[in-house]
Amino acid sequence: MLELVHLQVLSAALFSIGLYGVLARRSAVLVLISIELMLNAVNVNLIGLGAFADRPAESRVFGQILAIFVITISAAELGLAFAIILKLFRSRGSVNTDELNLMKW
Amino acid sequence: MGAHDLWLLSPQLAMAALACTALVVDLATGRSKLVLWLSLIGLVIPAALSIALWAANPADTLVFFGAASVDRFSLFFTLLFTGVAAAVIVSAEKYASRFQEQRGEFVGLILASTTGMMLLASANELITIYVSLELTALPVAALLAFLREDRSAEAGMKFLILSGVSSALLLYGLVFIFGFTGTTRLDEIFARIGDLQASGGFDSTVPFGSYGLLLGIALAISGFAFKLAAAPFQMWVPDAYEGGPTPVVAFLSVASKAAGFAVVLRILYSAFGSPELAVEWSALFAVLAVVTMTLGNLMALPQKNVKRLLGYSTISQAGFMLIGLAAVSANTSAGSLVAGPQSVVFYLAGYAFTNLAVFLGVIAITNRTNDNTIAGFAGMGRRAPVTALLLAIGLISLLGLPPTVGFMSKIFVFNAAVNSGLAWLALAGVLNSVISAYYYLRVIRAMYMEAPTSDERITLDPSLGVATGIAAFGAVLFGVAPWFLLRAAEIAVRSLSGVAGS
Repeated sequence: MLELVHLQVLSAALFSIGLYGVLARRSAVLVLISIELMLNAVNVNLIGLGAFADRPAESRVFGQILAIFVITISAAELGLAFAIILKLFRSRGSVNTDELNLMKW
Repeated sequence: MGAHDLWLLSPQLAMAALACTALVVDLATGRSKLVLWLSLIGLVIPAALSIALWAANPADTLVFFGAASVDRFSLFFTLLFTGVAAAVIVSAEKYASRFQEQRGEFVGLILASTTGMMLLASANELITIYVSLELTALPVAALLAFLREDRSAEAGMKFLILSGVSSALLLYGLVFIFGFTGTTRLDEIFARIGDLQASGGFDSTVPFGSYGLLLGIALAISGFAFKLAAAPFQMWVPDAYEGGPTPVVAFLSVASKAAGFAVVLRILYSAFGSPELAVEWSALFAVLAVVTMTLGNLMALPQKNVKRLLGYSTISQAGFMLIGLAAVSANTSAGSLVAGPQSVVFYLAGYAFTNLAVFLGVIAITNRTNDNTIAGFAGMGRRAPVTALLLAIGLISLLGLPPTVGFMSKIFVFNAAVNSGLAWLALAGVLNSVISAYYYLRVIRAMYMEAPTSDERITLDPSLGVATGIAAFGAVLFGVAPWFLLRAAEIAVRSLSGVAGS
């Protein structure tokens, strides 16, 4: 039987994988996908709370409303990120994050 | 929901309408100068509405079922953001020639981000906080990538990636807070926590009373630390400052930081203001404050680029503001309830004047020399006497010497820390002020003691000169007579539910 704790463990695992991806991936595109994974881990948690939490329905619905906002805003964020990635790709011919090293320290 | 809500939210709505108008006028006419001056005049409307609301002081401040609370605290910041946006738009007048074609969009994006900050300062509910936080950050990421240079795109990319990671951390924290309390409204969270404490649902051996709340608050504070430019989430600051357009960096360092502190103050006091929790997060901020200001100061010492130096300087200034967050009355029985948050709000307002004077001065000089290194400022005391003087006033205020507002801000912050039993924190702050003298004075030394590299005079544009002059005048005025600003900060802080309630 599926319970809230299963979804929370799934969410924590997805969030950790996403965080690892942000830190370890070289390609900026994969870093962005990892950020999406972190945001969707949050969504899994929110929807789990909405479906299973031991609370009145009118307070549970706020979690699902927040999940819709997260989906919408992350789409906007990705649009902007890919615009900047295209700009970088045109001038450098590469989107690797370890080549974003014009400025350090 | 009705006319009363719309009246309360009118400054934010007017700012959003102004942002849309700027974009449409730019699209229709394509004349960026027209857009610039139109928006500058238009900024009078949200400012006037905020002053009218401050004077009216309505009893019911909640808007749209408690999603936002337009109290005097949020109006104080609304006015601050409007002023900063005006200064940034003025400073972009000449600088905009370096942008690619989209000069009109620059103004529209600045105004959109300002709308987000105004909403953030009044947000009273977790969903509103997240949405307005993103509205604040996304336009800034686009603006940082506005220059033709590769560095600018790199700055935008770094800002966007770290902003995405930090908002994921913040959201994960908000989910735990929502899951633990079952509500997204800050005042209801405060009530639920009170109920749980009364019914013995809290375990005193665990920080914050429960692992759910501990995880939630710790993750949310990590997410906000990005906005505040606090350690250990300060990595993006120097790169974004060096690569981005200078007016955008000025906007980022003043308005974005103030918005972050406004929302953190509201969450901490309105939702987690109970004394048992306040002691816990006070200790957390005390540690963050020491790490942030020491790191910022030490990294600033070897810098050669003025914009990068100011990036590290803004980190260390964030550390001083965090001292005010750590100074809560719950630590001692005698401490004043408002002193801590009041000192933070005063510091933010003073910092706005100070840092705008510095950045506008840097813009006025680098517009002509196009050289951001400290060596490029050599002899500016002779080449551009007025600009150099205003810039020096700003730097002295950042350093915290009398008779400037920076000195007063530090006095109030340290005083609040000592009164709440954190004398060691005030001592760490004083030591850090001494270290910071080295790099601030190095810029002043270059301007006045070193020989100029050329004899060409640098004249000050009238509009930019007026804006810089107002900022520097404010930095001195509130240093000599801080009482007006201090009183306004106290009134603002007292309207926060957690501060006034107990």
